[in-house]
Amino acid sequence: MSTAEKQMDTNTASASDIRKRKIADVVNAGLKRRYAAERRFRFYGIAAIALSLIMLVVLFVTILGNGLTAFVQTRVTMDVVVSAERIDPQGTRKREDLITGDYQGAVRDAVLALFPDVTSRKDRKDLMELFSTGAGYELQKQVMANPDLIGKTIRIEVPVASEFDMLAKGYISRTVPEAERKISDKQIAWYDALKSKGMISTGFNTTLFSAGDSRQPELAGLWGAVVGSFYTLVVTLALSFPIGVAAAIYLEEFAPKNKWTDIIEVNINNLAAVPSIVFGLLGLAVFLQFFGLPRSAPVVGGLVLMLMNLPIIIIASRAALKSVPPSIREAALGLGASKLQMIFHHVLPLAMPGMLTGTIIGMAHALGETAPLLMIGMVAFVVDIPHTPLDPSTVLPVQIYLWADSPERAFVERTSAAIIVLLGFLILMNAAAVLLRKKFERRW
Amino acid sequence: MLKKTLALTALATVAIAGTAEARDQIRAVGSSTVYPFSTVVAENFAKTSGGKAPVIESTGTGGGFKLFCAGVGPEHPDLSNASRRIKKSELETCEKNGVKDVVEVKVGYDGIVVANSKAAKVMSVTREQVFRALAKEVPVNGQWVANPYKKWSDIDASLPAQEIEVLGPPPTSGTRDAFVELVMDAACEKLPEAKAMKDAGKEKELKGKCQSVREDGAYIEAGENDNLIVQKLDANKNSFGIFGYSFLEENADKIQGSKVDGKDPTFENISAGSYAVSRPLYVYVKKAHVGTIPGIDGFMKEFSSEKAWGEDGYLTNKGLIPMPKEERAKFAKAVAEMTVLSAGDL
Repeated sequence: MSTAEKQMDTNTASASDIRKRKIADVVNAGLKRRYAAERRFRFYGIAAIALSLIMLVVLFVTILGNGLTAFVQTRVTMDVVVSAERIDPQGTRKREDLITGDYQGAVRDAVLALFPDVTSRKDRKDLMELFSTGAGYELQKQVMANPDLIGKTIRIEVPVASEFDMLAKGYISRTVPEAERKISDKQIAWYDALKSKGMISTGFNTTLFSAGDSRQPELAGLWGAVVGSFYTLVVTLALSFPIGVAAAIYLEEFAPKNKWTDIIEVNINNLAAVPSIVFGLLGLAVFLQFFGLPRSAPVVGGLVLMLMNLPIIIIASRAALKSVPPSIREAALGLGASKLQMIFHHVLPLAMPGMLTGTIIGMAHALGETAPLLMIGMVAFVVDIPHTPLDPSTVLPVQIYLWADSPERAFVERTSAAIIVLLGFLILMNAAAVLLRKKFERRW
Repeated sequence: MLKKTLALTALATVAIAGTAEARDQIRAVGSSTVYPFSTVVAENFAKTSGGKAPVIESTGTGGGFKLFCAGVGPEHPDLSNASRRIKKSELETCEKNGVKDVVEVKVGYDGIVVANSKAAKVMSVTREQVFRALAKEVPVNGQWVANPYKKWSDIDASLPAQEIEVLGPPPTSGTRDAFVELVMDAACEKLPEAKAMKDAGKEKELKGKCQSVREDGAYIEAGENDNLIVQKLDANKNSFGIFGYSFLEENADKIQGSKVDGKDPTFENISAGSYAVSRPLYVYVKKAHVGTIPGIDGFMKEFSSEKAWGEDGYLTNKGLIPMPKEERAKFAKAVAEMTVLSAGDL
């Protein structure tokens, strides 16, 4: 080896040494930066989660803060003389005569008997404003159910007018000047007198869960909307689940893979993203105008929501079918099962939890929908509780929308209460989906 | 098996639904302003008559007439609520579709108020000042220019030196239509520049100028929910809101109405007609349905009874401004006799 070569050798050795050192330096120098990037990313992630959690907490706190008080109602208990001359002057005791009786007058007599010193016409009118008009209807209901009550004194427990409920709950402040609140100082004094007599009580607001809609907040309830939602969802489920699952099975297991099935597939995926109001317009044109189905009926609502839900169910069901491993199919076929038997006896039961989960999530989505129902007349004031899916009715989210737009102060807390009820149903449905998945899901 | 039953029930529901039968309850559509009053009457009517409560939809006045005028028969509504009078064109559509006998019933008045938070001072404005604050284009020195006013005090030194910020209804709302007509249009047409344009024969262009609301952020469309506007006013004492009188009445502890043309928006002033921004509310009845759909006459009788629309009636508790006595008598008579409206009356 010549010196020159030696020289070169040491040169290359030192060069590779230098390179190695350089790489280590580069790596070391970059290491810090890379760790920092990772830390930053983690921080972003945590911040994102924290932000959404904060939003969720704010939402829940405001809704619960506003709405929880609506589950309690202020009531007044009083004795009412069911006098025959007020209720049934002719003494026929017939239904059609009883219905026209002056029940409000009987309540008025009872109230005036409590405050004998209130004599002027205006004061008497103001005094009556403490009591909900529901008092007369409550009396009517009891007497109609049992005409023998006529002539007796009965004790009824009825809600106070919503303004005084608001006063009791502190939403109307006693300290603001009289001109700025809906109730006068005199009325407050009367209310306090009733309270000191022990006639005022508070209890769970059963009206909220048993009555239909009303423009008197103290008489308004969610039951009509709950029943309407129930009928709507039953129709939606009864139609979209079998149709959706059948479509999914055909497309996944039987349909040939060609241009047409590709087009269908693309369209189904697109349909899942179509804004819901479009389905409402379709429902208006097809179900109402062409088929002549009744307006505002849950059956039409159900049909519209079915259209909206179908793509969601089909996509979820296809994913569930796809996740069943081929070994199951091959084993079934290998043992001599027909294709239909293979699907219905082996694949479908294994795919069912996934399908049900998708369906429940789709139904929860349908439960919260208002926009398509606007077009088919379900955004309406409906007092009567629907008895069949053909009766006019609203649904829960529509009730929330209608109450949110009402001027009466007491509807503010009722709006939040309705949101709490709707959220409760949604949480129940989603919990059912999670449970189903946990119980029946199989991992391969 | 389960699936078969499900499919059968589904088919059965559709089949039953297909045979739409005659209705046994009243259906009303129309204005969201009349909705709170109609619904109260509906409820009281149902409770005192023992029948089914009318179903009332809030579709907006224009949308209501569209449904109402679509034809005669149980699939079409019986009543239409309106926060303005029916238009000639709408009545013509009605007639074309066989709805030949429409009964017009004025039920009362509604005031539109400009209000702000109680924490701020009461403002007193003229309609012209409101127009100048909210129009897209205003005349300055004889020239129509894009609205230059940023603060109220820019319009008139007597007004507060704060940014113009007004929350109001979107164009789809009947309240907005009425506000534009009663305030913007009314004030605009009195301006000398407007008269000049009119004389020059540019009526159409003028209408556009008078009715356009500025879009540079001073007017904020707050959606149809008036409760939301009240909450926002409560939170921001510099902003003003435009909404129906009943929301002012219900929230008198939070907000106060501004004086318009020197008049307070009070019950008395609106009722007497001295408060400028008020409008009549109507209910239109399809006479052909009276007798076939049970309860229409009873419902209208309840609506036009003194205990409902009278001075101490339950509708006034909900914020309806009653008509003067003679007018009430006139329309109560129209209800009793079912006087048909003809195109010549409009």
